[in-house]
Amino acid sequence: MSQLSAALRKPGPLCALLALLILAAALAGLAFGATPVHAADVIRALLGAAGLVPPADPGIAATVLELRLPRVLLGLCVGGALAVSGAAMQGIFRNPLGDPGLVGVSSGAALAAAALLVLAGPARGGHWLPLAAFAGAAAATALVLRLSSSDGVARPAQMLLIGLAVNAIAGAGIGLMAHLASDSALRALTFWMYGSLERAQWPEIAVAAPLMLAAGLLLPRHAAELNALLLGEAEAAHVGVDVERLRRRVVLLVLVAVGAAVAVSGIIAFVGLVVPQLVRLWAGPDHRAVLPASALLGAALLTAADTAARTVAAPVELPIGILTALIGGPFFIGMLLQLKSRGEML
Amino acid sequence: MNGAGLAAQDVGYAVEGRSLLAGVSLELRPGEVHAVLGRNGAGKSTLLRILAGELRAGSGTVRLNGRELAGWNAQQLARQRAVMPQSESLRFGFTVEQVVALGRFASLRQRPEEERRIVRQALELAGVGHLYDRKYPSLSGGERARVHFARAMAQIWPPEDLQAAPARYLLLDEPTASLDLAHQHDCLLQARCFAASGVGVLIVLHDPNLALRYADQATLLAGGRVAGQGPTRRLLDKAMLEQVYGLNVDLIEVPGEDAPVVVAHARRAGQASG
Repeated sequence: MSQLSAALRKPGPLCALLALLILAAALAGLAFGATPVHAADVIRALLGAAGLVPPADPGIAATVLELRLPRVLLGLCVGGALAVSGAAMQGIFRNPLGDPGLVGVSSGAALAAAALLVLAGPARGGHWLPLAAFAGAAAATALVLRLSSSDGVARPAQMLLIGLAVNAIAGAGIGLMAHLASDSALRALTFWMYGSLERAQWPEIAVAAPLMLAAGLLLPRHAAELNALLLGEAEAAHVGVDVERLRRRVVLLVLVAVGAAVAVSGIIAFVGLVVPQLVRLWAGPDHRAVLPASALLGAALLTAADTAARTVAAPVELPIGILTALIGGPFFIGMLLQLKSRGEML
Repeated sequence: MNGAGLAAQDVGYAVEGRSLLAGVSLELRPGEVHAVLGRNGAGKSTLLRILAGELRAGSGTVRLNGRELAGWNAQQLARQRAVMPQSESLRFGFTVEQVVALGRFASLRQRPEEERRIVRQALELAGVGHLYDRKYPSLSGGERARVHFARAMAQIWPPEDLQAAPARYLLLDEPTASLDLAHQHDCLLQARCFAASGVGVLIVLHDPNLALRYADQATLLAGGRVAGQGPTRRLLDKAMLEQVYGLNVDLIEVPGEDAPVVVAHARRAGQASG
């Protein structure tokens, strides 16, 4: 038993286990909903769509393939992108409280989306929402990076403080927009602010998923450098890490991943913070395990959470960000208390 | 190899108009242990960080094996010189073995079992081989220092073809500060052994007795300038130590020891340091 649990702390077996978890979460996401579909029918519909077996019942096929599949796929991508980005940011800041939101990605996206929804109206603005959100994320991150650099070198402590200020300013802007908003715009805005996968549609997935996947695959390549960075910045440079280049690349990849995620699903809280902690608690701080395992666990957990958000109060749908914060918050506090008693950071 | 050595030439460094180092020259040669001594704030750590390439000299040049430091990238440099900093800030729960393996980041990777052997041997040399699977945050200050000593040694571990390899350097900033008496001597003895394998070792020290026993060369800094430089036993005499430390000392020969022992006389009330 202890041998098994020791083996499952290694990156390879751990990721294999998490891949199984993803399959289970995806299957559940396709099966559960307002009209439950039997797991066997889900598989038949998928195989039928691939042309491997005769087509399934058209009603079931439509539910599984048109309504639920895009949403499950988006959930997997967004959950993975948020979690791996959170893990990478925690590495860059050498702080387990790191979060992509720290460099303004989320609040920048939210401000741009709010401005568009309120100033152009939800009907006309809705179409451009993902693009505006991504642009807002990029602008806020660029601003934070620029203001926190001197002589072309970004200082992480400075970055945190500037990020805090940019987040506060963006928050004020969002509040102002909410104040000016019509009822329908406010509703669209609220839903977006708390995150939701209900906007999942094939064209959006076609644009956003490759961005999230590419960033999610490239971030783990920096695992060894991020490990060395945990020693400290000067020490990482001593052992041969180009710290400045590492920081710029990771922030850029996080911007792409989280910008794309926020653009299509709004702000989903706590996934980027809690999932990497869970992985570290189990497998230790080695980024060669933490980065890929966070991506996989984030994908599985967000898909499962979305299935819950759709079904617990059906036919009413809960914004998924509320659900993740509701579960993630108390969970996070418990984790911190446990760490405090062990006298270490994760 | 032509121009082997880590050499600072007329180096100056200032922060916000306050000069921390001025006109400092120092040459660290392969196979040699070189101690840097001086009072608090004399510029010892600043000099070490400039030699490490962590800080850029405001004036003067630093060359490693004949090439200016600015011309090296981080990875190349890491294969030739390792640094043990004065303080550590690792708070994540790596095992001791993992921490030492971080030192191997830039090295030309060898087979995993070979890498593990290097890490274990470095731990043994630093006297912490038995701690290999302990969580780093659970170690004492002295144990942590020895783990980082092992990490620095592992970083520039002797390559198989020692003759063909360019000269390597080990820079230690007060490695003995948190060690007990026995481990201080163990640490410096290991540094000596490492030097014997062709590594140039620079050590910032506070204790002239340790310098007298383990260092071939010494540089005394005072107020950011070189107060004296040369073979340790010739340099560290009564006059020089009294001048730099502002304290009455005597050097006493001890039977069976080839280096004298420095004894500082107690200060009298009202006799403040200069």
